[in-house]
Amino acid sequence: MYVAVKGGEAAILASYDLLAETRRGNPSVPELRLAQIREQMGTAVARVMSEGSLYDADLAALALKQAQGDAVEAIFLLRAFRTTLARFGSSEPLDTSTMRVRRRVSATYKDLPGGQVLGPTYDYTHRLFDFTLGEESAATPEARPADAPLDAVMARVPDILGQEGLLEVEQPAAGDPAPTDITRDSLSFPAGRDVRLQTLARGDEGFLLGLAYSVQRGFGHNHPFVGEIRLGEVAVEFTPEELGFPVDLGDLTLTECQMVNQFAGSKHVPPQFTRGYGLSFGHAERKAMAMSIVDRSLKARALGEEVVYPAQQEEFVLYHSDNVEAAGFVEHLKLPHYVDFQAELELIRRIRAERAAHAQGATMPEAAE
Amino acid sequence: MTAPAQQHYNYAYLDEQSKRMIRRAILKAVAIPGYQVPFASREMPLARGWGTGGMQVTAALIGPSDTLKVIDQGADDTTNAVSIRRFFSRVAHVATTEKTRAASVIQTRHRIPETPLSAGQIIVYQVPMPEPLRKLEASERETRKMHGYGEYGLMHVKLYEDIARYGHVATSYDYPVAVAERYVTAPSPIPKFDNPKMNMSPALQLFGAGREKRIYAIPPHTRVRSLDFEDHPFTVQRWSTPCALCGTTKTYLDEVVIDDRGGRMFVCSDSEYCEERREAGHAGAMLASAEAMKLVDARQPEDAP
Repeated sequence: MYVAVKGGEAAILASYDLLAETRRGNPSVPELRLAQIREQMGTAVARVMSEGSLYDADLAALALKQAQGDAVEAIFLLRAFRTTLARFGSSEPLDTSTMRVRRRVSATYKDLPGGQVLGPTYDYTHRLFDFTLGEESAATPEARPADAPLDAVMARVPDILGQEGLLEVEQPAAGDPAPTDITRDSLSFPAGRDVRLQTLARGDEGFLLGLAYSVQRGFGHNHPFVGEIRLGEVAVEFTPEELGFPVDLGDLTLTECQMVNQFAGSKHVPPQFTRGYGLSFGHAERKAMAMSIVDRSLKARALGEEVVYPAQQEEFVLYHSDNVEAAGFVEHLKLPHYVDFQAELELIRRIRAERAAHAQGATMPEAAE
Repeated sequence: MTAPAQQHYNYAYLDEQSKRMIRRAILKAVAIPGYQVPFASREMPLARGWGTGGMQVTAALIGPSDTLKVIDQGADDTTNAVSIRRFFSRVAHVATTEKTRAASVIQTRHRIPETPLSAGQIIVYQVPMPEPLRKLEASERETRKMHGYGEYGLMHVKLYEDIARYGHVATSYDYPVAVAERYVTAPSPIPKFDNPKMNMSPALQLFGAGREKRIYAIPPHTRVRSLDFEDHPFTVQRWSTPCALCGTTKTYLDEVVIDDRGGRMFVCSDSEYCEERREAGHAGAMLASAEAMKLVDARQPEDAP
């Protein structure tokens, strides 16, 4: 009705054009190609795939380009596409012990079968600018291959600890039921571990990082050790009903983190170590580590620990970790709320008027209550 | 509207499996008036919190023979209403209207139209927080129990404390209702002015909360009672002035700031109702000057393509 809103449709269309122009930036600079994003912005792509819950590097690259590099916006784009895809089944369980390892480190053992494999990591880079990256360079960096290939199968550290019975045993529930799919069933509480791990896997990296940090600083009781972090490629297999045997669908790049935590034991359980599990697409150690710490923290109730800190409260963590939901709800405050605001104005004016009338009504004694 | 991008998506965006799942949730919701049915909410191409629950309900219901009206804050032309209407005319090729009477499905945020709804119409509310008890009890496990046992004492204590402190229930929108005298239900953030319209409405009222993954319903001709006390009966907002454009005293009014010296104009929040009255010859005190200032169109605008 008013000019300010009557132009809504025209304004929306114009905002699309402005956005496209802004996204493109200075047209004298060559436009980004999706392959460049996919190949050279690999960890950004990995984050979008993980939290977007869809392993598709090309679409994740497109999402990043369309979102001008805004990770949460890109994750949202990927999710809104993913949700329309048909599901044709579940893969066979991944066996990360057969991962073609590119990096594998353990903080709990000096050396272990398969060895420590440093791999591609920022860990020991000095955070000094490499100004040569700012120049057009013709030289293609090349790493020298090792003298011998790594073991094809590397036992995971929890498997080694488990042999001694020092580590909490994790077994599938009786009958090994199919895991819940959190995109097909809404959360209910208490949430199973399957629901928790799925929610954390698509949870916001920053949120989980902050929670994990809070656990370490004292808003939690766990002292985590990195049992193992491994990065590499794992084959995904699928058994079509009509074939009856598994078919290799391709490889996923995964980061897996198994965190080992102290546990004093209880009346029924002798002291042992407990574990937290983190898994993400691509190379994403920070996310996988944070996830594993929060996973362990959320075992508090099951282990009979007192639940007092935010990172131990499953409703708090699981309901608030999704950045697509969180961003949507926080940002919806930009929408008009003038009807509700008018309702509040009316109420506050009425209460103030009544109070003023009351005060003017001479020296009434203080209200009884 | 046959841009290639549309061919990647099903009719009304959602795949048929998802629509079936949502329809099942709707049927359950209708069978248990006011009960929040969990459903597997999908991501929509609109941000969570921007009406995705309402959109999923609408997408599951809508067909080519429907006529859709979308309002936000009572108006058809607020940006989010425009955006949602555009979405459905693109993905569902559905006819749209601003006329309350002409719509078979009305998706709304924060208002119920002033024109009474009729039998056969469906009104779909966008719901941010479906749980009326959430501000009193943060845990979903607990609130589900409270609904199960019909334990609403906490809510009554809250209303009582408001009255003790302010002399009024300090809730002016999203004012809790009892549906069919069983479930305490959030009417969505409509002003409490609209609550009485929900009672015994001949239209089907559906509520979609996408982010919170809940659907609930009020079937036609269901009793909806706003919670109150015998000595503090429920009341609705009143204004001391009529609508400045159409002169009615019966509607919910928006306050429009017209200058920087405290000037205010109160006008119908339901823009279509206001326009209909002006077309019928009603005029408020400031209609002429509003037209002169081009604050309103002097005649009914053409629908934008």
